[in-house]
Amino acid sequence: MEQSLLIAGFGGQGVMLIGKTLSHASVDAGKFSTFFPAYGAEQRGGTANCTVIVSDSEPIDCPLREQFDTIIIMNELSFTRFAGALKPGGTLMINSSLVEARPDPSVKTVTVDTAKIAGEVGSPKVANMVMLGAYIGYTGIYDVDAIKKLIGQALAKRPEMAELNARAIDAGVAAVSAS
Amino acid sequence: MEKVFGLPSGCTAKTHSYCPGCMHGVAMNILMHTIEKFQLLDKIVIVNPVGCGGLGLYEATANYISAAHGRASAVATGIKRCSPESFVMTYQGDGDLAGIGIAETIHTAARGENITVIFANNTTYGMTGGQMAPTTMVGQNSTTTPGGRRVDRQGYPLKMAEMIAQLEAPAYVERVALYDSAHVLKATKAFEKAFEVNLKGGYAFIEMLTNCPTNWKMSPEQTVRQIREQNEKIFPLGVFKDKEI
Amino acid sequence: MSEIQFMKGNEAIAEAAVRAGCRFFAGYPITPQNEIPEYLSSRLFEVGGTFIQGESEVASINMVYGASSTGTRCMTSSSGCGIVLKTEGFGYLTGANLPCVVIDMSRGGPGLGSILPAQQDYFYATKAISNGGARAFVLAPGNMQEAVDMTYEAFDIADKYRCVVLLLCDGVIGNMMGGVTLPRMRELSELPDKSDWVITKRNGDGSMRMITSCYVPIKLVEDQNIHMAEMYEAWKKTESRYEAYRMEDAEVVFAAYGTSAGIAREVIKALRADGIKAGLLRPQTLFPFPEAPYRALDPEKVKQVICLEMSIPGQMVEDIRAYVDDRIPVSHWGRSGGILMKPEEALAAVRTMLI
Repeated sequence: MEQSLLIAGFGGQGVMLIGKTLSHASVDAGKFSTFFPAYGAEQRGGTANCTVIVSDSEPIDCPLREQFDTIIIMNELSFTRFAGALKPGGTLMINSSLVEARPDPSVKTVTVDTAKIAGEVGSPKVANMVMLGAYIGYTGIYDVDAIKKLIGQALAKRPEMAELNARAIDAGVAAVSAS
Repeated sequence: MEKVFGLPSGCTAKTHSYCPGCMHGVAMNILMHTIEKFQLLDKIVIVNPVGCGGLGLYEATANYISAAHGRASAVATGIKRCSPESFVMTYQGDGDLAGIGIAETIHTAARGENITVIFANNTTYGMTGGQMAPTTMVGQNSTTTPGGRRVDRQGYPLKMAEMIAQLEAPAYVERVALYDSAHVLKATKAFEKAFEVNLKGGYAFIEMLTNCPTNWKMSPEQTVRQIREQNEKIFPLGVFKDKEI
Repeated sequence: MSEIQFMKGNEAIAEAAVRAGCRFFAGYPITPQNEIPEYLSSRLFEVGGTFIQGESEVASINMVYGASSTGTRCMTSSSGCGIVLKTEGFGYLTGANLPCVVIDMSRGGPGLGSILPAQQDYFYATKAISNGGARAFVLAPGNMQEAVDMTYEAFDIADKYRCVVLLLCDGVIGNMMGGVTLPRMRELSELPDKSDWVITKRNGDGSMRMITSCYVPIKLVEDQNIHMAEMYEAWKKTESRYEAYRMEDAEVVFAAYGTSAGIAREVIKALRADGIKAGLLRPQTLFPFPEAPYRALDPEKVKQVICLEMSIPGQMVEDIRAYVDDRIPVSHWGRSGGILMKPEEALAAVRTMLI
């Protein structure tokens, strides 16, 4: 069983952190996983996307894919560029704070108002954590505490953010479970 | 019994292959005497350049490693960083040090690597037959500046001792000449000072004004006059830096 | 058993080098390999080694030349247009019989090309890394774990033959992250004894040593060339390696290395699902090249050979053609310049090429 995920947004939205964390958690859970960032010359503000592949049973031969089971779209431009890379019957997870959802019966669409939820949690900066939580909640295959621990390690230089990030992840999980 | 006269212990009795009147032989003599004085023959590594500068080492018995053209300072850096107990130095000419290798020369000095750089500036590419060097003086003939170096075509020569001295890290920088006994004695002191600086952990740079009778198309006596009356005006002798370390 | 760690390819390679006993690195920033020097800039000092960010690629490889002459295990890394600048040093290292390990995390070319992954350094890496017929021992890892294992082993190969060992990777392997098992940390006391040739010691009788590629008289230069030729022939006999995947009944044989080989596996799985008997011969060493399995392909059984490469024009395909030798049709497909080849796209292209 293999799951492929594309996460796309603009640089600074924390897209890479979502992907790295999911892949890392999968490896820690004894699965095979790869993370591949689309790297470019821009360090901030350009487009950012990454792919995560998780396999339960066999090593992943190639970290690259053209079509994905799930795509997380964090900004409008990424919708235009990447929505077409979804496999038939796949899931689009849309950051509805910045992206207008287009009703499409051929795919599953999950909308997450990350900015609103992040604001409620305490800071618009943790919108990516809300989306990470939403993906965990939607798939139901990740250990939330393990994810929170990895995020804490990734942001070890800013321990004051740990609690806020954890709450944002919880809020993301709850938002999807509620819908 | 005390040795009062003879070859330094690091020299063989073989005749070197430098042209008659070439000052590289004098420089090599000073170098080998200095190595003997500091008893460094067992721990010295000399980085040998591309160009005439390296020919003298074939007749010495110090360990040496041949660097690519201009890269002596980079090679010396690699050796010294991995073998701090070794005494590491380079011996380079002007094309090597100030032309193709100027980046390595400057950056190694800027890092303050614990090496000694001995620079023979004879204002020409000797081995390849007298082409313009980075230190060729305005008006000086070479096979690629027929009629003399022209400012509108080739600009001005590089003054390496002055350039190295303005960097923070180097501990000792001096320019010397070798054309008479007084200057040879002064140069010997400069070598000794550079070796002391090296043993204390610093970077030292000695520039020697040398000659090239063959490519300057002069007798050895004429080259002495040329250095004293012309080269010294462009490349003044003296200590450019002497920093406490 | 060592536990699996989640790491970035470049960092895993750097850590593997340290564990292999590498204690000197000099390099110059270039994408997509920057995490190698960044990682080593602190890690090497932790283990008593040295890291230098050189002022240029040329200075860096010449620092490595100096470091190697002391017997220290040493490495440099770069990519495409940066690797070729080290050409000078590769020749001097080869001429002077000095070992070192080089990582080429290759990218699009020629010239500045792009910073994105490609396999366009094949000819450069395998045929002529410098003047005078100098060649490197070239390893081609197919995935992150193999990149780690080959980096570790590369230092042994370099010491054994006193040669340049080049790992030809691509930006995918360097920039991906995944689970990897790191090798054991070696003690420096376990490493090969080089005291009989390092430049920092005198000979036993007190006589001098020299390390050079400029031998006098000139006959000695020819002797060095003969030594190189004999070494390269010995490599061909004993050191070439490859992996065969689903070759037992293959009628369509893929030839691919590195990331392209991973893509080929995906293509093979899809073709087999359609009943097409496909397999892969993956070179793990590119020089010496594993000629034998290609020479041994049976035209009665194999209908065609398809070389997948992230390079246009194809480069490895020329070697494949030479070894298959017109007995079986050989074709090439790939993307280039940094355009990532995707398995789905490769599969679609391959379907149109089947005969």
